[in-house]
Amino acid sequence: MVSIRSVPSTPSSLAANDFPWIIEHREDRCTLCGRCTAVCPVNAIKLSYMRQRMPKLVLNAAERKTSFRTFVGIRQKTDVSKRCVGCGLCAMVCPNQAIKPVPNPTRDRVRFQNTQHGEAWKRGGRRNEPGANLLDKILFTRISMLTDPALDAGRHEFFLNTLLGRVLSPEEYLKRKMNGDWIPPVREIFPFIIGSMSFGALSPNMWLGLLQGVAYLNEVHHMPVVMATGEGGCPPWVLKSKFLKYIILQIASGYFGWDEIIRAIPEMQCDPAAIEIKYGQGAKPGDGGLLMWYKVSKLIARLRGVPEGVDLPSPPVHQTLYSIEESVMKMIQSLSMAWDFRVPVYPKISGSNSAKAVLNNLVRNPYAAGLLIDGVDGGTGAAYNVSMDFMGHPIASNLRECYLDLCAQGKQNEIPLFAAGGVGKNGNVTQNGMALIMLGASGVHLGKYIMQAAAGCLGAEDHNRCNICNIGLCPKGITSQNPKIYRRLDPDKVAERVVDTFLAIRTEMKKIMAPLGRSQSLPIGMSDALGIADKAAAERLQIKYVC
Amino acid sequence: MCRLALKTSNEAFSPYGVFEAMEAMQEGYDGSGLGLIMRGLEFTDYSYNSNDPILSGIAHTEEALHRLNAFMQERGFELKYDHEFHVDLSHIEAKDRYKYLVRVYKRPRSWKGLSQEEVENEMMMTRLALRKDGEEHGGDLTSFAFWPDVIMIKEVGWPLEVGKALGLDEDRIKARVCMAQGRQNTNWGINLYACHPFFIQGIATMTNGENTAFIPIRDWLTGKGFPGYIGYQSDSEVFTHILHYVIKQLKLPLQAYKHVITPLKTEELERHPQGDFLLGLRNVCRRLIIDGPNAVMGTLPDETCLLVMDAKKLRPATIGGKPGTWAMASEMCGVDAMIPDRDKSLDFQPMRPHTVIVPPDRQEYKIWSQFDQFPLPQAA
Repeated sequence: MVSIRSVPSTPSSLAANDFPWIIEHREDRCTLCGRCTAVCPVNAIKLSYMRQRMPKLVLNAAERKTSFRTFVGIRQKTDVSKRCVGCGLCAMVCPNQAIKPVPNPTRDRVRFQNTQHGEAWKRGGRRNEPGANLLDKILFTRISMLTDPALDAGRHEFFLNTLLGRVLSPEEYLKRKMNGDWIPPVREIFPFIIGSMSFGALSPNMWLGLLQGVAYLNEVHHMPVVMATGEGGCPPWVLKSKFLKYIILQIASGYFGWDEIIRAIPEMQCDPAAIEIKYGQGAKPGDGGLLMWYKVSKLIARLRGVPEGVDLPSPPVHQTLYSIEESVMKMIQSLSMAWDFRVPVYPKISGSNSAKAVLNNLVRNPYAAGLLIDGVDGGTGAAYNVSMDFMGHPIASNLRECYLDLCAQGKQNEIPLFAAGGVGKNGNVTQNGMALIMLGASGVHLGKYIMQAAAGCLGAEDHNRCNICNIGLCPKGITSQNPKIYRRLDPDKVAERVVDTFLAIRTEMKKIMAPLGRSQSLPIGMSDALGIADKAAAERLQIKYVC
Repeated sequence: MCRLALKTSNEAFSPYGVFEAMEAMQEGYDGSGLGLIMRGLEFTDYSYNSNDPILSGIAHTEEALHRLNAFMQERGFELKYDHEFHVDLSHIEAKDRYKYLVRVYKRPRSWKGLSQEEVENEMMMTRLALRKDGEEHGGDLTSFAFWPDVIMIKEVGWPLEVGKALGLDEDRIKARVCMAQGRQNTNWGINLYACHPFFIQGIATMTNGENTAFIPIRDWLTGKGFPGYIGYQSDSEVFTHILHYVIKQLKLPLQAYKHVITPLKTEELERHPQGDFLLGLRNVCRRLIIDGPNAVMGTLPDETCLLVMDAKKLRPATIGGKPGTWAMASEMCGVDAMIPDRDKSLDFQPMRPHTVIVPPDRQEYKIWSQFDQFPLPQAA
């Protein structure tokens, strides 16, 4: 018998069955190639030699001796820090379908243990709420079946672009045009925008792939798709290239990367698409950016002007300024001035009950070029789990409220609203985006969806799959700064997928607009087309209740 | 799809001929509404001074008529002529038509010294106040227009029947411009206010087809806070209000209307001599872009008539005629019915960039293309 004292059981001791993901391994199929253990980003599995006692059940005592068999197999580690994250890369590389992670059908016990060393749980990804969200439930119900029959999505000409920038009232435009006064810059862009993901959060290969894809869409397909950098600047060669016009540069509370940007201004061949001032984001409202030390490589350190291997938490607010109203006003003005008032400058805020107040400030600020509201389902490279899961406001009603407020003032064309946060969370990217557009958005930002569609990001809200963007171990090489990992990601292939994704979005947009009889302009605010089988939501969003 | 007919002539003519043209296009409407606007008026039993405002509408009850009388009296309007239609309600479905109103008023003394713009505003506010009064009393009073030299009639029924119901075949009223629309009820309820043409401050338009961009356009116009931008029982009312907005509020020339409702594409504007101005105009008026298919016909206070198309699916609307008399109709057979003895080689069907304009002298119609230089020197 084994003595009871030698059984290791500390408060944090867990069995494989206590983990959110349990490795299912079939020894009869395993070829012992070792690929799964080599590829596992978190070292959750090990290839080990095991011994099995082989008792001989014979009556004769002299012959009754025990022999042992040794064998080799895969075992799951039971350290909290080595927990299986369910990414499933082992299953992807296994030549023989011998291994896969399966979600624990019971409540895992890691959730009670993942505060080791007093650290609250941090992760990447977005709010863990599986299943259809509100946007997925919106239907386009106003199908043209009478006077104006549905259009031919395949052959008809559609105008799908939107405007980014402050638009004057017609009266003011005419007045300024006659007097030769300043007209605020306006960009005509595709309404699905690659949202802000920083150079630092994303690997260089991912970033390059996105940019290549965006450039191809613009220059070959004439689709004015733009992408936003997150906080953390932009590689100098891009700043000085003609591709800068496809990029929205973000400035956030850490001002990372802005030394490089400001220094590059005299050498820029073109202006950036816009400047985004981040005041908040949906994944971690009220919290600044967070680049964990694992990802602060030599390159990132140089771009951001910081030492290597240190955590880079941005402050929650723009510290140099006194109040948000003032900071919005001053930053918008000073950044406009940096490019001689030729570049639209707009803030990005977290979805919030106070979004309307921010918006009203912007309406009165003649330099504000728009407002981006990022709802609670927005993703991030790194945040505290509690922020991600429980902080923030859903995007649909927040956006709708702001839009209706603008309508009441007759200003809905003047300040474009952009929406983000969970667009395409369940794969219905065009439907989600168009629903938001018909609720009043001028366009939508996509982050996680693009990583999933263009680079095969494995992260998901079902059982918190993967979501380890924060520690630089992204099994696909999307959010890693370790060349050994990000070499897995071929930028050309990412670019191809970016193009595929946007071409498909364009087709689906037409497939949505054609039956509604819309083709001449993006149906912003066409709320009569929407229906939902949820009375309360219908009332809140002022759309039709259908059942 | 509704049917449209417009005739303009140097000689005043009976509106019944336009109804006959509507009859020629009968397969295109369902009798759910008929509207008629007349301009350049002559009455057989009254010598009309074309500066006096005319109230067009319906008093559905005697009580409504009394209220109307009291209302007008209180505001200092003096009734100069009350046109008595020879009504025969057996031709139409509606029974609650106590009195069809075409009444000429003398302007109140208090309006003296008001600018033209202020007078126009007063007339619109009077019409809106009457409309509101009717709506507050269960819809017993409808007011379609209150404007000099304009009569507007709206009724539910087939054109010839409506014409007979009101005795319009007796030629007691003649007009130099007459515009009629037979309605195919789309997704909006049957309502007298939903009948085309729509009217605001001297500007009237009518449309066939559906405007799928109606809600965003309505929301934008409503947000302007202009008191006349109300109603919207029909998705086509926005066409009238956009034309009003372009001409009266922005004070742009008529040609700008087309650039607002169906702007050129970006790549076309890049080659346009005034592309920079027009691109900016497209941006600022982006919410007014229509989504047809539509043919829009309109008339302005100076008797100018216009015809434009949407940019999407072209309708067969046609203009034809001869110097002095022109007809527009949503189908060519309508033009044939109105002016059979014309040179058909002068017929024209406008395409995507065109605005057809018949100026008040009616000698020839003008085709103006969006690709042409924009006639606004200071904007160039």
